[in-house]
Amino acid sequence: MQNSELPDPFEKAREASGIGYLNDQNDPVKMLLRHKDVRKTAHDYKTFQSAAIPGRIVIPSEVNIRKTRQIPFELDPPIHGLYRALVEPWFKRPLQEDYTAELNQQITSLVDATLEKDSVEIINDFALVLQSRALTLLLNIPFEEAETWISWGTHVFRSEDSDLDADKANILYDYIDVQIEKAIRTPGEDLYSMLLASEVHGKKLTKEEVKGVMVLTFAGGRDTVINAITNAIAYLAEHQDSLERFRKEPEIIGKAVEEMIRYFSPLTQMGRIVTEDTQVCEHAMKADSRVSLCWASANRDSAVFENPNEIIIDRKVNPHVGFGFSHHNCLGATHARQIMRILLSTLAEKVASIEVFDFKENIEDLQDFQRKVGYDFLYAKLNPLTK
Amino acid sequence: MVKITFITSDEEKIVLEGTTGSVMELAVEHNVKGIDGNCGGVCSCATCHVHVRPEDMLKTGAASEIETDMLELDDNADEYSRLCCQIEISDSIDGVVLKVAK
Ligand code: HEM
Ligand code: FES
Repeated sequence: MQNSELPDPFEKAREASGIGYLNDQNDPVKMLLRHKDVRKTAHDYKTFQSAAIPGRIVIPSEVNIRKTRQIPFELDPPIHGLYRALVEPWFKRPLQEDYTAELNQQITSLVDATLEKDSVEIINDFALVLQSRALTLLLNIPFEEAETWISWGTHVFRSEDSDLDADKANILYDYIDVQIEKAIRTPGEDLYSMLLASEVHGKKLTKEEVKGVMVLTFAGGRDTVINAITNAIAYLAEHQDSLERFRKEPEIIGKAVEEMIRYFSPLTQMGRIVTEDTQVCEHAMKADSRVSLCWASANRDSAVFENPNEIIIDRKVNPHVGFGFSHHNCLGATHARQIMRILLSTLAEKVASIEVFDFKENIEDLQDFQRKVGYDFLYAKLNPLTK
Repeated sequence: MVKITFITSDEEKIVLEGTTGSVMELAVEHNVKGIDGNCGGVCSCATCHVHVRPEDMLKTGAASEIETDMLELDDNADEYSRLCCQIEISDSIDGVVLKVAK
């Protein structure tokens, strides 16, 4: 097995029954493992809701560590659509030329600096730095602010010893409270100020609602982007030929990004609450129980993907659900895609090969399933392309 | 040059000409409203949904299974729906009219 491989732990259960079981803090979860079931269930917001007690649709559950409802994530249509419409244009800004140009500059200077070093710990000294700096663009705030977020470390909610670390969550919550107060005193052109000035049904968003959007923006885009970047580096270390292809056929980079998102599935799963007794692929689901949409499993479903366990770098038809599906599909996807596209093209332009010296895999413990999602650390060296 | 007409949701008519690539790429290049092409054309996002003018269905062909599986879960889809990233520009589709889905 190659180091960069992410094995699929769900295959047997997906093919046998389509369902996995997980006991999480006495609120068990039935995991939906098939592509078809995942998409159908994601679409059916009436039977499978997101607007439950805040934190309950997240796995592991965050019910005990937060009260703030994340918006638009923990709302259902039609209200969901009102909030989503408010923020959607903002989250499309990564398509604008000046945004792409700045992101390009950020990534170029980080790659240049990394090329100077004999060994780099990719998660802390590359992926986290890249993700944090890029987030200043999405929020439209000064670049220097990234230093604060970098100092928090890789996990906003998680720590080494426990999955749910309330202290770390508090750092983020307290920080956001302060930023909201600041934006109230001196409004600017940033996301906080935009939200504070917005209205739904003729009423200004409350501070709590603004907080709900901001927490989600920070939390949803952190581990996911970091894992996508780190896994991409590990993959390219073992597939120098892909760097060569990106140089010769830059037009495949967009497809390569989609394929990496499918294969890496940086977000393993997301829950929903069942609103009435029902069935999914012949399994009974009880009202008020939890199901999960297991994106990572759906993305390896051989009913949909040929050679699902291989990265086919220019896979042409790729209906993956790595960014979710239907109403709640990832709002940060435009930003995440731009990061990945620019990263791959910058690496192709400047890097001949990548050496990995040492690493530790990060295995997500889902009881019956042990899923590698990325790395706890990865030491590597980028070797420059000499023209 | 192959001529393709888009009608946006606010009834604006946009006539474009192209030679290669997908219909989605042509639309995105010219900022046709309502066609975002988020996934770059790999059939994962459905932000390139159009309704083909019924008499043009012969030219474009019907949706593939991958497309219909996706469109089945789109409340605005009908028998004329296509994901236009899956329509290649070629002489055979010259003159088609596509209504951008809501
Ligand atoms: C590669 C990186 C990413 C992956 C794989 C990813 C994955 C996902 C998935 C699977 C969902 C669907 C959740 C559901 O159906 O309940 C989602 C939703 C969401 N993501 Fe991402 N995400 C990524 C990056 C980001 C970034 C960078 C941001 C923002 C900075 C972000 C913000 C959101 C938000 C706000 C939602 C909720 C949208 C809604 O409920 O309407 N994500 N993401
Ligand atoms: S562009 Fe994403 S499905 Fe057509």
